[in-house]
Amino acid sequence: MKPARSYPDRRDDVRLLVIDPAAPDGAGLRETRTPALPELLAPGDLLVVNDAATLPASLHGIDEAGHPVEARLIAARGSWRAEAGPPSPLRFSPLRFAAVLFGAGDWHTRTEDRPPPPKLAEGARLRFGALGATVGRRSTLSPRLVELRFDDDGDALWAALYKEGRPVQYAHLAHDLPLWAVQTVYATRPWAFEMPSAGRPLSWEILLALRRRGVRWASLTHAAGLSATGDPAIDAALPLAEAFEIPPATARAVAETRARNGRVVAVGTTVVRALEGAAEQHGGVVRAGRGETDLRITPAFRPRVVDGILSGAHAAHESHFQLLAAFAGSDLLAAAATHAERAGFLTHELGDSMLVLPGALALPHRKATSAG
Amino acid sequence: MSHDNGRVSSRILAGRTALVTGGSQGLGRALGGVLAGAGARVALVARHQGPLATAVAEIRAAGGEAHAIVADVADKDAAAAIAGQAAALLGPVDLLVNNASTLGPVPLRLLLDTDCEDLERALAVNLVGAFRLTKAIGGPMVLRGAGTIVNVTSDAATEAYERWGAYGASKAALEQLGRVWAAELAGTGVRLFTVDPGEMDTKMHADAIPDANRAELSDPARVAQRIVALVAGAETANGARVAIRVGPHPASAAETATR
Repeated sequence: MKPARSYPDRRDDVRLLVIDPAAPDGAGLRETRTPALPELLAPGDLLVVNDAATLPASLHGIDEAGHPVEARLIAARGSWRAEAGPPSPLRFSPLRFAAVLFGAGDWHTRTEDRPPPPKLAEGARLRFGALGATVGRRSTLSPRLVELRFDDDGDALWAALYKEGRPVQYAHLAHDLPLWAVQTVYATRPWAFEMPSAGRPLSWEILLALRRRGVRWASLTHAAGLSATGDPAIDAALPLAEAFEIPPATARAVAETRARNGRVVAVGTTVVRALEGAAEQHGGVVRAGRGETDLRITPAFRPRVVDGILSGAHAAHESHFQLLAAFAGSDLLAAAATHAERAGFLTHELGDSMLVLPGALALPHRKATSAG
Repeated sequence: MSHDNGRVSSRILAGRTALVTGGSQGLGRALGGVLAGAGARVALVARHQGPLATAVAEIRAAGGEAHAIVADVADKDAAAAIAGQAAALLGPVDLLVNNASTLGPVPLRLLLDTDCEDLERALAVNLVGAFRLTKAIGGPMVLRGAGTIVNVTSDAATEAYERWGAYGASKAALEQLGRVWAAELAGTGVRLFTVDPGEMDTKMHADAIPDANRAELSDPARVAQRIVALVAGAETANGARVAIRVGPHPASAAETATR
């Protein structure tokens, strides 16, 4: 399968492979297009999206000797700001970022072919345009994974990040991605370091049609990290622990949907990680609040609250495809991979889509059924 | 109405968040102050760092919370950056005020003397800029099922004032776009309404009509009080056009709302 090299003309009109693990043998696959999504969900289902906006997380700069350095932000600790409590100006808790460092070059070169960054000790200074930063602790995983402390905070930090930063992108793309092209239509707080791209094909046309059909939506925020760095030690550890926040309304909607035998459909792996990570921490129940999860979705993982997933299209060898095995059997997934390959599905963040959902291909006008 | 002569009762917007464009002067600056005084956490957008920093410092000195976002709303790439910075600094935005406007070159010119580029610039700022930010901020509002968007217009949108062609056309288009926005937002929990603030004692007015009698112009702070009262209350319907005429004296306050 080939990666999409640019975004489609219409974000909400790409190919969609529907994979129904509850269908009879031989009837579990159907190819359609994303505008058909509303017909594939049923009244009483719940669609959960990751509303994180994508930060321009790639910063190009130099070290003190003038050597080129690219920092790709991958995680944040601390808080963007305390959002509760009485208003008081400039009450920021310190925000520290983790970053993966690269040497010369940019996204045109494959990450694994990039030269390493200059050797940078703890305390080394970097400069990204007008934004200065100090290298903090280095990870035991790799000296390229470091804590970055920016000189600015508050308004000045965010202004500088948006001025100096570009969206993280990879060598399969044909051109620079503008910031707006890596946002979902509901992008809110910039917690994501790469686009939560499973939601990219969702337009308001589709979301409002889902609601008219009786499908509810809910949102959470999950700080999606980088999908690849080219450093084998770091890549083997991905995804790193990621922060998430589940609003009370979403926790309620999940509980109500499950109580009424509706299906919980996650838009993307970040939503699976947040919901299942939260459930794992609270005895199988999704509680509202902030947390952090290092949950890895493997073929052996048995989801407790998520019934299905809308995902980007992936080739069989990709780790993202492997995690679909948590939602469907291996024979069906192998048939899906073969179909996608033959049909020329496009992969990666701007490509086509897959929906794995039990009952998605059952006859129309069926009642919502629990497929869990 | 629940407000007293346009005065906003204190802390009525505590815990809410607001993004105001054109926030460094005139009505936008006044709105920032009144919103923060009502307890809202505010981000102001303007093109120039200096005056914006002054407006933000003024709010902070008064005990309010305000943030500066330097951007030109006419810049296509700015909308995602403005929305991202605002959400980083404030959290999800509850109120968007599309107030940034340009008159174009002053003194204002007859249409036959107006450069095409000046009409394009007026449309880029007053119409397309507001549209882009409404998309970027309105999407998250619809997802959450709540939010208010206010577009600031002018009577030049409805009256054929000589020399106000570019500005008036951009505001007329903004009003029509607002009517369609409102139709499409119906039932989502998000409302959009349009406010015509009347003639105010601002730099923009002085640029347009230098010889105006300032004693006859409205104080932008008092207009801002009225707008914040409309935002805080639920009475103003999605799609409404509200003409605010506070005039120079408190006794002359008047307000008309039409659909």
